[in-house]
Amino acid sequence: MGFDTRSNIQNLLNNSSGIQLHNDSSKSQIPFWASLIRDSDINAGFNEIQGDEDFSRLEKLMILSIKDALKNSDVEVTSPKTLILLSSAKGNIDLLEKTSGKPKENRVYLPGLGRVIQDFFKNPNTPLIISNGCISGVLSLITAFRLMQAGVYDNIIVTGGDIISEFTVSGFQSFKALSDGPCKPFDKNRNGLNLGEGVATIILTANKGSAGKHKIQITGGATSNDANHISGPSRTGDGLFISVNKTIKEGKENHIENIDFISAHGTATVYNDEMESLAFTTAKLEDKPINSLKGYFGHTLGAAGLIESVVSLQSLRDNVLFASKGFETIGVTGNLNVIEKTEKREMEVCLKTASGFGGCNAAILFKKNG
Amino acid sequence: MISPNQEKVRSEEDVDFPEFIKALYQRYKIDYPKFYKMDNLCKLAFISSEILLKETGLKQKYSDEAIGIVLCNSSASIDSDCKHVESFVDKANYYPSPSIFVYTLPNIAIGEICIRNSIKGENALFVFEKFEVEFSVNYLKNLLDTGKAEACIGGWIEYSEEGFESFLFSVERKDKLEPNQAIVPFSTEEIRKLYLKN
Repeated sequence: MGFDTRSNIQNLLNNSSGIQLHNDSSKSQIPFWASLIRDSDINAGFNEIQGDEDFSRLEKLMILSIKDALKNSDVEVTSPKTLILLSSAKGNIDLLEKTSGKPKENRVYLPGLGRVIQDFFKNPNTPLIISNGCISGVLSLITAFRLMQAGVYDNIIVTGGDIISEFTVSGFQSFKALSDGPCKPFDKNRNGLNLGEGVATIILTANKGSAGKHKIQITGGATSNDANHISGPSRTGDGLFISVNKTIKEGKENHIENIDFISAHGTATVYNDEMESLAFTTAKLEDKPINSLKGYFGHTLGAAGLIESVVSLQSLRDNVLFASKGFETIGVTGNLNVIEKTEKREMEVCLKTASGFGGCNAAILFKKNG
Repeated sequence: MISPNQEKVRSEEDVDFPEFIKALYQRYKIDYPKFYKMDNLCKLAFISSEILLKETGLKQKYSDEAIGIVLCNSSASIDSDCKHVESFVDKANYYPSPSIFVYTLPNIAIGEICIRNSIKGENALFVFEKFEVEFSVNYLKNLLDTGKAEACIGGWIEYSEEGFESFLFSVERKDKLEPNQAIVPFSTEEIRKLYLKN
């Protein structure tokens, strides 16, 4: 979908999706629909940076993303008051496959991945690493927000990324969780998710001056657990509701009326979308315009919360509500107000949510000032 | 604000983990058949939390959403990751299965503890090379100070073929403690002392 925010947003505006049918026996025994990044594109972007070092696919993507984000900011990445926070569900899992499941090198482990990124950017702090399944991205933003509030750092570079390999494809196939076509979030004919790979970076800064024309703040965030099942979502949505409710209550000005739209998790599995609809209804948010971006990007696992937040922040900046690609007819109990056509709308506040294996949920609020 | 509690469990040299953990399951008279489906990391987290929760009685004092769980380790879910790779790497013996794949996320360990105890509060899983006591303490303090949680379980649950390690503690707000409850101040120093003692 693109190697910078602008290209991605342009693709969204053009209703383009990264999801395609792939016939790749190195990743799957049968064809599968997913949003993957071409190695040639990664290497083309990366060759401008560094020649020989043997970075993994994920490392290259993360480095490119962080470089791009830094370019548009005045953050000093080598400063001890700057922290790098990484979010990833599986890290360099393709390296583990290459050695047939024998962990031979350090970078298979997340701290090893962290060190590669740290060394590249010469940052003095050991990167903080979050690996909490599909809520990792939103959780990493919440964690960064809490660290910024504590005044520990001046800047936090939050980067989320996951790559797709046979590991994830075969795993989700064993769950029969993959759709047999482009996914359809909240739709009555939805039958599963599409996997996606990608990386996104958001920089949190204490420096009010560097936020550009539109300052966006995080005003609240919370996580919770369904305490129901390790792979199936709650049947009532009460776990996600706890996160949403705590998040809304956190800031003084955060009342339900102020929320302009919801960027949901919307994986397009039968159970996830149903669960979300119940949670949002319990929270009295069913009238809010809501979208899932997974029809464009697929489910990017540890990157999802970051990628989708970047788009949501851009939505606030540009006052554009993106359509929930793949959606046609509502197919969940909660009568959600799913965005069917991309449209312009004045907006200030976005609620972003995520849910994942292990029964975890996360919610975060973004508010545009001026 | 504080009440770290921990219980030491010693293992003999060269013990087989499955036998070791099953012996603990039986010793503490735990009745929870889901235990047998868990992977090694989750079994370790689960048994540790059972011991801790029996000792501290958190669930009797706090509501479901008031208890948070924040765990750390260095190998994420490497043990199950390897098992999953083994299930697909040989095309002549191809058997990927949800019962293995579901455990290829380290936060499932938190999920198992939540399900067992109906704990619905804050949860997070961080990965460090070694147990970062100061970070854990500060993160938990923040949750308690901001009212995001009234009690938390924190610690280090690590499992890989190189070995396993479990260190769990609970922390509660000072105003919720029982009068005669043994308490220790919740600080990086105190937690580090407890951790190193083991």
